Amino acid sequence: MAQKKWSRNVALVGAGMSKFGAFPNKTSRDLFVEAFLDLKNYVEKGFDPQKIEAFYLGNFSSDQFEKQAHLAPILASWIGISPIPTLRVEDACASSGVALRQAALAIAAGEYDVVLVGGVEKMTDLHIAEVTEVLATAADTQFEIPAGFTFPGFYAAMATAYMAQYDAPKEAFYYVSIKNHNNGALNDKAQYNQTIRQIMESKKERAAMKGRPVPGWESEMDFLSDPKGNPNIAWPMALFDCSPVSDGAAVALLVAEELAKEFTDEPLYLIGSGQASDGALSDRTTLASIPAAELAAKKAYHMAGLTPVDIDLAEVHDCFTIAEIMATEDLGFFPHGEGWKAVMQGRTARNGECPINTSGGLKAKGHPVGASGVGQVVEIWKQLQGIAGDRQVAGEPRVGLTHNVGGSGQTCVVNIFERRD
Amino acid sequence: MSKYSMNSKDFYKALNDGKLIGSRCKLCNAYAIPQKLICPTCHQQESEIIDFSGEGKLVAYTVISVPPVMMAEAGYDAKNPYCVGIVELEEGPRIAAQILEVDISTPENIKIGTPLRMTTIIRGEAEKKANYLAFRPA
Repeated sequence: MAQKKWSRNVALVGAGMSKFGAFPNKTSRDLFVEAFLDLKNYVEKGFDPQKIEAFYLGNFSSDQFEKQAHLAPILASWIGISPIPTLRVEDACASSGVALRQAALAIAAGEYDVVLVGGVEKMTDLHIAEVTEVLATAADTQFEIPAGFTFPGFYAAMATAYMAQYDAPKEAFYYVSIKNHNNGALNDKAQYNQTIRQIMESKKERAAMKGRPVPGWESEMDFLSDPKGNPNIAWPMALFDCSPVSDGAAVALLVAEELAKEFTDEPLYLIGSGQASDGALSDRTTLASIPAAELAAKKAYHMAGLTPVDIDLAEVHDCFTIAEIMATEDLGFFPHGEGWKAVMQGRTARNGECPINTSGGLKAKGHPVGASGVGQVVEIWKQLQGIAGDRQVAGEPRVGLTHNVGGSGQTCVVNIFERRD
Repeated sequence: MSKYSMNSKDFYKALNDGKLIGSRCKLCNAYAIPQKLICPTCHQQESEIIDFSGEGKLVAYTVISVPPVMMAEAGYDAKNPYCVGIVELEEGPRIAAQILEVDISTPENIKIGTPLRMTTIIRGEAEKKANYLAFRPA
């Protein structure tokens, strides 16, 4: 791979997010203001918003979700940073991961010194069937959707290919869900800050209160393997294999490396970034991995001069449980076919050798699609700053990676951040 | 010379005639489905439209209980789920399609590698009525 060097380096000096969840009384702009105010808390030395020179927004489809296109200038005016240049980046669920990379490239090119990157999605105004229709427009609507595919369906199909190729049991997926809910339970910004066990117990309590037969679930595995607790969505993906429909926003402040210390004594540095694309799911020769993710990771590692063993923790795109297992392999943390064993052995738990999705991931934290990429960066920011509270990874992590996927793997962007002492 | 063009909509025109069309590159012999003017392998534009045999095998699948609007309108729901999959065609390329006549009550018993043959399925009513690609066990 030819080494192309950025003209100058880029630092992350703060990141913040709104709470993720379902907020019937809020629109995109309200969520975005909430995220921007949260960011201000995390920029150690404070900053003057008038110094922001450009705004890059990741947003999948406010035009379909809220009937509001052309969102970037509206959000800019709502936080008082007009008349700077603004733009919206659309790469489905990878929109804000790609927006961050584009913002970094603009700084590296020398055009700007201080850039705000955001992501937002307001999905819950629509009925679930309409949400499914909107998300389907991220796939090939001429040849994939007419077959009857849905997004859970694409990942479910990959799951069947994975299970057949590597003899993986369906139960492996439950471990991803349990782990991510365990992490989400410690994240007050998460849509589901409850463990699977807590969700199970509250369903039992509700049945008892309503005088219905109380399900006999004793363990999370009982609950998850019972279609009454965990109904099929697209076999083998059941309800608790799927990330939720969410509202939320996230923002990050990127600056040229030489300015970083004006904002904080402990900036993070964007040391690796890679992106790749692919055709329809049916165009791929493998369905048990996501080739664009492998390629994006390879580029990011190459730029950073690192290998997978150098990564202390990662936020990966677990839109479905199978996606997290494939991600841990595509990123090189485990060999192909070994990721399902790793999660079952607890190796990707918060206290494991390779902590994955300490935020709760998209599964528990929520998946407001356009916000998810920068949402991942918020967690890496907190973990590398040592301010992740009860879910803080031990050992003072120094290098964190984000892996953000659009569609069923048509876009993938990987960014690597480093703390320097 | 085929009666169908490289325009992507002609794939469905052919399907309405009961034909599964794709393209073959006259330079490198690579196949593509749907038909593509630019060869995905050698990137030249010397491709011709050909009829695919319609024979293939299942490489990935799912049984969907929560359908999108189009499938819900066709009568599918949690009580009446359907199977959709990726089919690897005899000529090499793969395509997404509904899979008929497999036992959706036990999805774990549907076998990857099952030989399949192309058919079509009509969905929608009145002006929305159209032929869609489907496969059934050969």
